[in-house]
Amino acid sequence: MSTLQTVSALLRRELMLAMRRRGDVLTVLFFFVIVASLFPLGVGPDTQLLRLMGGGVVWVSALLAAMLSLGRLFANDHADGTLEQLILTPTPPVIWITGKILAHWMVSGVPLILVAPVLGIQFGLSNEALVVLMFSLLLGTPVLSLIGAVGAALTLGLRGGGVLVSLLVLPLYIPVLIFGAGAVDGAMSGLGAEAHLSLLGSVLILAFMLTPWAVSAALRISME
Amino acid sequence: MNWNSWSEFFHMGGYGLYVWGSYAVTFALIVGEVLLLRVRRKQALKMALRTVKYGKVENNEIAT
Amino acid sequence: MSSANWYKYSSPATFYSLAGRMIPWFYAAAAVLSVIGLYIGFVLAPTDFQQGESYRIIFIHVPASWMSMFIYVVMAVWAAFGLAFNTRLSFMMMSALAPTGAMLTFVALWTGALWGKPTWGAWWVWDARLTSELILFFLYIGFMALQAAIDDPRRADRAGALIALVGVINVPIIYFSVRWWNTLHQGASVSVNKAPSMATIMLTGMLVMAFAVWMYAIAAALSRARSIILERERNSQWVAQLLESKE
Repeated sequence: MSTLQTVSALLRRELMLAMRRRGDVLTVLFFFVIVASLFPLGVGPDTQLLRLMGGGVVWVSALLAAMLSLGRLFANDHADGTLEQLILTPTPPVIWITGKILAHWMVSGVPLILVAPVLGIQFGLSNEALVVLMFSLLLGTPVLSLIGAVGAALTLGLRGGGVLVSLLVLPLYIPVLIFGAGAVDGAMSGLGAEAHLSLLGSVLILAFMLTPWAVSAALRISME
Repeated sequence: MNWNSWSEFFHMGGYGLYVWGSYAVTFALIVGEVLLLRVRRKQALKMALRTVKYGKVENNEIAT
Repeated sequence: MSSANWYKYSSPATFYSLAGRMIPWFYAAAAVLSVIGLYIGFVLAPTDFQQGESYRIIFIHVPASWMSMFIYVVMAVWAAFGLAFNTRLSFMMMSALAPTGAMLTFVALWTGALWGKPTWGAWWVWDARLTSELILFFLYIGFMALQAAIDDPRRADRAGALIALVGVINVPIIYFSVRWWNTLHQGASVSVNKAPSMATIMLTGMLVMAFAVWMYAIAAALSRARSIILERERNSQWVAQLLESKE
């Protein structure tokens, strides 16, 4: 099988599994919506304040939601032995790992991007800022899946893995948060979002090149 | 010489609490770490002695 | 030192005895250097015009934050060594450094807050350096939590090494992003006045203190590494010989 075929077969499998477990996807999505909706209740309904906070709140919620979905990435495949089979296949691990991360992003990241404008409207973001918000999430959420995969692979099968993964991964998410929320801020204040978005893009490229290798090493460490 | 008396030294020009608060906590943390290191070393030695005397001891049976 | 035949055993055995002999010297060096450093800092260095006496906190704050970052880098170097050459000792040194590094990060944060209150008028300012230091603290905690959660020492070593390497690659990116964020939001935060051109005597005091902290960190890490070796290798022959020769 060629690389492309492997990845597409893997993607089809992952997406089919996700369709069968729609509940998981929806849980993460509603978590995202609920967390973002809690902030106005916490800080009060001041429109001006909410408009200032909006981008940051949606981004923090996206971070937490992405983290929540990391458990699914390898745990089920680890439990039923699929992961061991994948390691035994002749396909280089980096290829199928990238495929799995891509599938994870399509299942957990893309829904966030689609729902984010609704949350943005709740916070009174301008139309331009809504577009920037979606675009920054489009560039940023894959990074969340990529970096998160390293944490998920390292904590595979550990007790308290869920909390541990947040401790490992959240500090590493900070640049994505800063550039993502900064892009929305830039759009709101009229300073422009290009600089933030291009930095976010370069973080994405860097993460895309490096993390699959780290995940591959982490899986080898955890599966030994 | 910056200080004319000990009380002036401890007063630190009105910043005594901040300056001595910093140094005291640092000192306490270092002393605490050294003590913890001693405790850990004693435990490790005790464990190793038991292992030598009675054979293999598992991690979860650490002597109290 | 009666049993010279340890040396034919694994390197942790050699390291154990060598470190045991070196630790007192590092502690002594740390003590002497900190007495000199504190003498410079409190007696020789004059009162700062702008900050008054409160600036004397920097003689512990700056060395602690330098060393907290340096120790993380050293940890990552040991991690890389361990992964590349599969040497147990490298992993042990990596694990031994982490608690000391975390402690120094905490010292840097604590003294930063106590320095910030009289200088900036607030205990905590979201200044780029303080924020990076806080994130560094999280990285240390994550590393230690991961190692603590894994029972199998081999996996704990490797998983810790990988997260240390991932962390050290991220540290510059995090630092850059936090600085970028800080400059953009400068209007909202307290303006951080640049350190006035540092007098030579102050710089000397800070450097001497930094060396003192360095020596202390080496002593603490070596001492911890010795305990780790004992814990891990207590079933091996050389530990038995060592303990019997002591009795």
